[in-house]
Amino acid sequence: MLRFIVRRLLWAIPTLFIVTFVVYCALRLATNPLASYARANPRVAKDPEKMAQYVETNGLWPGFSGYVRGYFVWLKGFVTGNWQVSIKGSRPVWPNLKIALVNTIRLGLLAVMVSIPIGLSLGIFAALKPGRLRDTAVNTGAIIGFSVQPFISAIILQLFFGVQWAKWFGEPLLPTSGLYPPGHQGFDPVLMLKYMILPVIVVSIQSIASYSRYMRASLLDVLNSDYLRTARSKGISERRVLVKHALRNAMIPIVTLAALDIGAIVGGLIISEAVFDYPGMGVFFLNAQSNGDFPELMPWMVIITSSVILFNLLADLAYAWLDPRIRLD
Amino acid sequence: MTEFQELNHVDPPADLHHDDSIGVLQTSLSPKRMAAKRFVNHRAAFVSAIVLTMIIIFVVLSPITARYGINESIFKAEAGHPNQNLAPFNLAWFGTDSNGRDLYSRIIYGAQVSLMIGLFTAIGSVLLGTLVGGLAGYKGGWLDDILMRVTDIYLALPLLVVLVIVRGMLKNVDWVTAIMGDTSSVRFLVILLTVVGWMGVARLIRGQVKQLKEREFIEAARALGASSSRIMFRHLLPNSVGQIMVALTFAVVGAISAEATLSFFGFGPDAGSGMTSLGLLIRDSKKAVPPGYWWLVVFPGVFFIILSLCINFIGDGLRDAVDPKMQQEVK
Repeated sequence: MLRFIVRRLLWAIPTLFIVTFVVYCALRLATNPLASYARANPRVAKDPEKMAQYVETNGLWPGFSGYVRGYFVWLKGFVTGNWQVSIKGSRPVWPNLKIALVNTIRLGLLAVMVSIPIGLSLGIFAALKPGRLRDTAVNTGAIIGFSVQPFISAIILQLFFGVQWAKWFGEPLLPTSGLYPPGHQGFDPVLMLKYMILPVIVVSIQSIASYSRYMRASLLDVLNSDYLRTARSKGISERRVLVKHALRNAMIPIVTLAALDIGAIVGGLIISEAVFDYPGMGVFFLNAQSNGDFPELMPWMVIITSSVILFNLLADLAYAWLDPRIRLD
Repeated sequence: MTEFQELNHVDPPADLHHDDSIGVLQTSLSPKRMAAKRFVNHRAAFVSAIVLTMIIIFVVLSPITARYGINESIFKAEAGHPNQNLAPFNLAWFGTDSNGRDLYSRIIYGAQVSLMIGLFTAIGSVLLGTLVGGLAGYKGGWLDDILMRVTDIYLALPLLVVLVIVRGMLKNVDWVTAIMGDTSSVRFLVILLTVVGWMGVARLIRGQVKQLKEREFIEAARALGASSSRIMFRHLLPNSVGQIMVALTFAVVGAISAEATLSFFGFGPDAGSGMTSLGLLIRDSKKAVPPGYWWLVVFPGVFFIILSLCINFIGDGLRDAVDPKMQQEVK
């Protein structure tokens, strides 16, 4: 097991370097930081000397060798904590990024806490009586869930709970944008929770659908396995068969799925964040993107890709730990 | 139904009708006929296929079915007699938008563009994905390793981020824009979605080919001296046609959703040139929320959901039909 962990960890490090390099090149090409800088500072743009200085300090040389050199300039600054300041407004990037990150993790974890229990229960419920009405209902519901794109559910919920409810009953049932009412100061978990209800619903619809399907498939797989028939033929009660043998084994692939899912949270809530004006990573990305703000986008991408790689690693480790057969190869 | 029977052959519940397309009783049916039968027996998929066909006929016959032109107002607005943002009434069944245009007709025109984008993108992604995935699955080795690593990361990143960054990259390379046209053109969008979309297909086909190549008939072909390309094109790919069809279906719905997502955030095709798409209509509905013009939100949204629901059900039914034993790939 230890060798397995070490090998996987050693793999993750080069992966991280390669991925950040690819991301660096992609973002340099996509945002064209020099042009964005010139656009944000029209007066400086007229002075070729200052522009050349900006290129030198930020490593924005052209050509492939320039990209490679620029990557190392960026990497050095990133690792030592000397992050480039944002193009728009020349602000340090980390404070805003940190707030966005915390907000998104809060929303994402809440969504995970809602969707995993519901999704898994639905999947188990369906798998216990395969082919019956409940199975068909859960399956159909899952496909409907997949088909409801988050931006559609988000605006329909906004319309219903915000606008129409106010028309019918005088005031909106739930707040539909932001994290707090405008002008609010300080931390207030109850009020915040109220603002998070609709975004959480939107995020959860599709994850509940996928969890229920995976759980159903995984449990059916186990229920039809030979070792379960053996367990039954030994005369163990059905309840014990289900809890001790079936569910535990069926959970193995689900743990992996959940780990990957949590790793994807950091960057994966863009749509519902954008519709509900939730000040998280998604809104941060969209703003930075519209300004072509390379110094803001690069740490953003590093955070979401490292989170994906880290949780991929955790998923592999969890899988190997839960299912010893994996470790052998 | 069928999937369940295969999985649960030990103890079938009594009230289940026996599907005679499976089992030894009817060996006279060809695999293709058996798959067709299973598809028809998948009730939701069958109904969806009918609904989708109707939608497509409706959309293709837009000169007959649409009541107004794409940019035509339902009538001339005068003082005290506005034509903008009207709730549904007999002249405009789904109401009118902020320019006094009939939403019902515009949904038809939008669906035309969206379905076209979906279809072209799906065909492109499936061609590319089948080629790469088939090669990687058959040859294995470094190509397979690279494909798996790249798609692992890609599939874990949010689709919108990938699309936006790739879009920015393509936009800034001169020779690419020469081929792909302007960023707001439909051609650009189709190529962008293909560039991003083939990877999911490649993974699916790779899995299928990897599984098939261990089978006896491939071994037999190899023993008879068949070349790699013959095995690939005469044996592996024809036997993957079912999976390719499934991939094609899901690629269509993926492309339509991706178009809508991009349009929703303002990265979609240009509305100025007298065209629209479902994504653009849904984008407009964002502005209709605060004043409470519910028809502008509900009709495009619900139409979009119905459309993707139909295609998803068809894909689900096809998957069950071509591979009843299919156990969902978890990772």
